[in-house]
Amino acid sequence: MAGEQERYGCMAFFETPQALVEAVRALREAGYTQIEAYTPFPLEALDDALDIRGNAVPLATFVGGAIGAVGMLVMQYIAAVIHYPVRVGGRPFASWPAFIPPALEITFLLAALGGVLAMLVGNRLPKFYHPVFHVERFGRASQDAFVLVVRSERVEEQLRSLLQGLGAVQVDEVPA
Amino acid sequence: MSAAGTARHERLLARGHTYTSLSDKIGKLALRPNGTLWFVSFACSLLLTLLFAAGVGELLKKGVGIWGINIPVAWAFALINYVWWIAIGMAGTFISAALYLARQDWRSSLNRYAEAMTVFAVAVSGLFPIFHLGRPWFFYWVAFYPNRMSLWPQWRSSLVWDFLAIIAYLLVSIMYWYVGLLPDLATLRDQARTRGKQVFYGLFALGWRGEARHWKRLESLNLVLAGLAVPLVFSVHSMVALDFSEGTLPGWHSTMFPPFFVAGAFFSGFAMALVLGIPLRRWLGLGDIITPKHLDNLSKMMLAAGLFVGYNYAVECFMAFYSGDPYEMAEMKDRLAGPYAWVFWTVIACNVVAIQFLWSPRMRRNPVALFVISMLVLIGMWYERFMLIVNTLFRTYLPSSWGMFYPTLWDLIFLFGSIGLFLLLFTLFVRWLPIVAMFEMRKLLHKLQGAG
Repeated sequence: MAGEQERYGCMAFFETPQALVEAVRALREAGYTQIEAYTPFPLEALDDALDIRGNAVPLATFVGGAIGAVGMLVMQYIAAVIHYPVRVGGRPFASWPAFIPPALEITFLLAALGGVLAMLVGNRLPKFYHPVFHVERFGRASQDAFVLVVRSERVEEQLRSLLQGLGAVQVDEVPA
Repeated sequence: MSAAGTARHERLLARGHTYTSLSDKIGKLALRPNGTLWFVSFACSLLLTLLFAAGVGELLKKGVGIWGINIPVAWAFALINYVWWIAIGMAGTFISAALYLARQDWRSSLNRYAEAMTVFAVAVSGLFPIFHLGRPWFFYWVAFYPNRMSLWPQWRSSLVWDFLAIIAYLLVSIMYWYVGLLPDLATLRDQARTRGKQVFYGLFALGWRGEARHWKRLESLNLVLAGLAVPLVFSVHSMVALDFSEGTLPGWHSTMFPPFFVAGAFFSGFAMALVLGIPLRRWLGLGDIITPKHLDNLSKMMLAAGLFVGYNYAVECFMAFYSGDPYEMAEMKDRLAGPYAWVFWTVIACNVVAIQFLWSPRMRRNPVALFVISMLVLIGMWYERFMLIVNTLFRTYLPSSWGMFYPTLWDLIFLFGSIGLFLLLFTLFVRWLPIVAMFEMRKLLHKLQGAG
């Protein structure tokens, strides 16, 4: 049946962060792997429960900063020594100490830019359409609700009852 | 630190708040209809901003001659205002970033409006060096870009460093602010009841959903941005100071300037954070979120920064006479007893004497007293820049070129107009965006509940 293909998963609402974390743990023990947890604030306990590893943000920040530092120093060298040398007061063309401040500022700028881009790309943002928004009550997830989505393309009665047993106050099907 | 066991004045968050009540309370401030008070403040700041715009028009038409600057005093209000504004921004980043790295929970209630203060103050400050250029429409000549004449900026000039510092600081501040706003914009999107607001906040929220992995990346980013922002703040205000230190003029040519300027920046920035925070707290009923504990902590920070600034005044005075340099000594004598001595003594009264009241815990919890002291500090810090700039320039090495500086009406219009522009941006921020970081507050509540 075509309808069964157009399903994103099963969404359960919990009232406390503790209940959500326990539900995630129980589901993983029951063998479910594709679990998403939506919370109104970063919840550290979920990193462990969902086994979230590190991410690319710190590396991207470093790469951005390295490009800024090396790029700016090289550019200043090329500008002041090779391309258009100007003799001012007998100072050396390659005035390294004076090249550091511009390089420092551009390092900060590109490092921050690298981090922000890595966050947005890693999170696949901006993304204005997402199936979870089909559920009316999902708007609470940005305020006071702790929401769990188990990806499954079929309606699973077993999963529904499992979620209800774990203390979900509401269980919804999420269409794709 | 448990919420239940702490004395009332020590609490970071009033009792009885839940995730729901926090989100509703802060969200409602942005989503409710305009109040009369808001309209009045909006109208006043708009008027001042229009005055500023008129000043800019006159400046573009006639040039910098409309100001009171002359030779020898070629730098005056434009540079004073520039340094004053960029300094005010510094404390916003410090509250946001340094207190985040130090895991100070009290920053959560303050960081959003402090970051907004930073972004607006830096934006306003960046205008002044441009206006001061003579031909402001060529300001991009300071930047490096491919051009017909194959010209490059002079990399050894502190003015070029300063330009890059302002640009980097403004852009990083905007990024830091916006990234922190994303989850709150999503909350407003979900709370909004009208289509227009849902679309408005929805577009800016970029589809934020609050998934655990997304939070993890956001938290990593907040951490690295905080780590970048702290040295950035120090470097930016050091560049501002180097504009002066690189000049071989008595009173400027000193290695003390960068730390001195950074301390002054934090000092005036904390003052501005109090000047903005106290009315916000009073008029928007945020007393349960910005508690007496927050005011107490901010004023302690202001006192610490102020004491360092006072120490610098003393060292400057000592070094001038210890150096044995006749020009340094002459400059210091002028500062203490010359034609501009009243400026120096105003600075001492505001920045050194007034803050001594902050030793008393009773004063630190009295919002009216704090507001008055913070205003005095802002005024004192403006006069301090006047003292540093004008008092050095008005008597140069040759007595034949000595001269006084008198501001014109346009100087005053640019000063008060820029205050208007800053307040206009801030009132718009208060009206449209969450003035307290909602997700940070929920996180704080979770932490306090977990411990209590």
